[in-house]
Amino acid sequence: MKKKLLNQPTFLLGTIITSIMLLMTFIGFFYTPYDPTQMDNSNKLAGCSLEHIMGCDNFGRDIFSRVLQGMGNTFLIAVATVTIGVVCGILLGAFTGYFGGWIDEVIMRIIDVIFAFPSILLALVFVSIFGTGKYNVVFALGIAFIPSFARIVRSEFIKYKDMDYVKSARLAGVSDLRIMFVHILPNTMTVLLSSIMIGFNNAVLSEAGMSYLGIGVQPPDASLGSMLSEAQSYLFSAPNYAIFPGVMIILLVLGFSLMADGLKSR
Amino acid sequence: MTKRRLGKVLFVSMLLTLTIALSGCAGDKEDGGSSESAITIGIPQDLDSLDPNLATGAGTQEMLFNVYEGLYKPDSDGNLVPAVASDCVISEDGLVYTFTLREGVKFHNGNTVTVEDVVYSMNKCAGNGSGEPLISAFSIVEKVEAPDDKTVVLTLSEANKDFLSILAAGETCIVPADVADLETTPIGTGPYKIVSRSLQESVELEKFDEYWGEPAHIEKVTLKILADADAVLMNLQGGAVDLVARVTAATASELGDQFNIVEGNMNLVQALYLNNGVEPFNNEKVRQALCYAVDKQEIFDFVANGKGFAIGSSMYPSFGKYYMEELNDVYTTDLEKAKDLLAEAGYPDGLTFTIKVASNYQQHVDTATVLAEQFKKIGVTANIELIEWETWLNDVYSNRQYEATVVGMDASTLTAGALLKRFNSTAHNNFTNYNNPDYDAAYANALAAATDEEATGYYKECETILAETAANVYIQDLAEFVAINKKYAGYESYPLYVMDIAKLYIVEE
Repeated sequence: MKKKLLNQPTFLLGTIITSIMLLMTFIGFFYTPYDPTQMDNSNKLAGCSLEHIMGCDNFGRDIFSRVLQGMGNTFLIAVATVTIGVVCGILLGAFTGYFGGWIDEVIMRIIDVIFAFPSILLALVFVSIFGTGKYNVVFALGIAFIPSFARIVRSEFIKYKDMDYVKSARLAGVSDLRIMFVHILPNTMTVLLSSIMIGFNNAVLSEAGMSYLGIGVQPPDASLGSMLSEAQSYLFSAPNYAIFPGVMIILLVLGFSLMADGLKSR
Repeated sequence: MTKRRLGKVLFVSMLLTLTIALSGCAGDKEDGGSSESAITIGIPQDLDSLDPNLATGAGTQEMLFNVYEGLYKPDSDGNLVPAVASDCVISEDGLVYTFTLREGVKFHNGNTVTVEDVVYSMNKCAGNGSGEPLISAFSIVEKVEAPDDKTVVLTLSEANKDFLSILAAGETCIVPADVADLETTPIGTGPYKIVSRSLQESVELEKFDEYWGEPAHIEKVTLKILADADAVLMNLQGGAVDLVARVTAATASELGDQFNIVEGNMNLVQALYLNNGVEPFNNEKVRQALCYAVDKQEIFDFVANGKGFAIGSSMYPSFGKYYMEELNDVYTTDLEKAKDLLAEAGYPDGLTFTIKVASNYQQHVDTATVLAEQFKKIGVTANIELIEWETWLNDVYSNRQYEATVVGMDASTLTAGALLKRFNSTAHNNFTNYNNPDYDAAYANALAAATDEEATGYYKECETILAETAANVYIQDLAEFVAINKKYAGYESYPLYVMDIAKLYIVEE
């Protein structure tokens, strides 16, 4: 089955792009060519060169180093966000889907309410209450991501809960918890995996959006979004400043989208 | 459908489009040639109040300058010229000010300014006898009287040589006695009147036809709020705004040749303001260590392409006789000394604090970014937190909930007190919680001084104390770059933080 998946061109391409991006991100955690916040007056808005392959920003900071650091920040925030969304979503979706009843009704209506707000707007409200910063953004986006996962998991559970193998497990006296997480959950993985990848993409874009608005990662730390916003004033004199972070966002999202596509059309 | 029919449809729709496009062009031309002249000015924040007595933001005073006037007003050279009053006689002991009202000065609602209005305005500033003056300088006003319908007499309990300057400030202007809520019905005597306002979006001004003085040139003025510093460049180049005072050096150099850049200085005391009331900044040595860690020239290089006016205390060069250039050298960059001071203060391993910066002021954000990098060299970690201007006003300025902030303090009048008063331990706007008995004493001496030289001496003592105790990390009076579309001209720099819109005019082509 694995072989089949990799034979699919979209999935293969997505895997390659994503692996490269992930590799860069992980290298960025341990090594950047320059200190990402090191300023250098002689290199203000320098173009691409051998020393600075992506050029320098308005403070003379190496853009490549900042892109690496920014990808790390963006990646961590996206992973944390999706983790919150998936864990809470699975718990809520599994219980409501498996047991049903009035608890199901109440929880799903609350989820509907959260779902009714655009996720960025919801996150903005959280941030204005709890303040700006990396961790608040993770928290805010995480909550905004719960509903979509909860719904997917719930519908899968409803589909499987009356299947014969579940019935026979129940007859054999297996506990509800074990049925839910050992018997049913693995069957939802196909759907869940592709929605995790789409969710990851949305998280990357939301983080970039929040940092672009100045409420995500705070300066002098870099994030792909905040770099875009800083670069905006220099679009004409130093286009490389905006292009590289932008391209990185596109590649990061593209890689996962292609993989999700491949998974779905399997 | 046949091909011919399709062709017909295409042809007709193309004709239509062309007609609309061409007539659109004609419309544009007519617009430009009409008598209704207009300008759109970008401002970095909304006006915090339309009531001049309550407005606190420098950016608000800057704009209300065009709407309200005091008995006197400053001109572009910093002199005081009569405005609503035509003349003022000051008694020899400096206690009695006799103003003669200018004839025929009208409010924006068409009413003539009477002595009742003046007495009402003065009493309002003095707190209407409640004992708590709205404008703190008015605590020395004993009584306000109008002996006849042209004269107003102010009696002070103690002399203050700067009192006329205080009367010329935006916050002590003349307002109508019969309008209770200026916030909703702003009415003044200035060359422009406020027509409408959409919160957080724009303020519409219109030329006041019955203005007593030299009339404004441009009929309609829109103050457009550009709370996002990044939006400035796009708005200017796209033609959505025609003038932005104080663009960054980067924006100035990006703008094409359809703009003129007027250079000057901003008339601000930009500093890393420290909350002297909280750990670790209640320790003088920590504050001094930060001062030693700063390299001002590097800040100028990064923030404004090397331009800026270094300052060493709460005073900027436009103030002439009060400005002390020698204070710039109290702290020269010395990282070793900074580390030693930190160790002495009990922080041998450095410390961490947060700088709150209003995100709409790119210059301050950039300065904070450079500062954070410089502090790293002495082991101090400065985190930056970007907040909205309204949040800044509330949290930092009013409630003093902060450790450090980068901002520029303006002077509402050309008196030393305008920049020094806030550091008195009891001053209501002492947002840095600075508390130094020596300073309070020197300031009191300056107020009580008999001669101007003596007062200047005491004011200089105040500045020296601020510098030596490192009340804040004083940085610079920022270089100002005013971007103005070449269609307009007449921008005049004032030694104060004001913009005189009435002087702007449209260049004839």
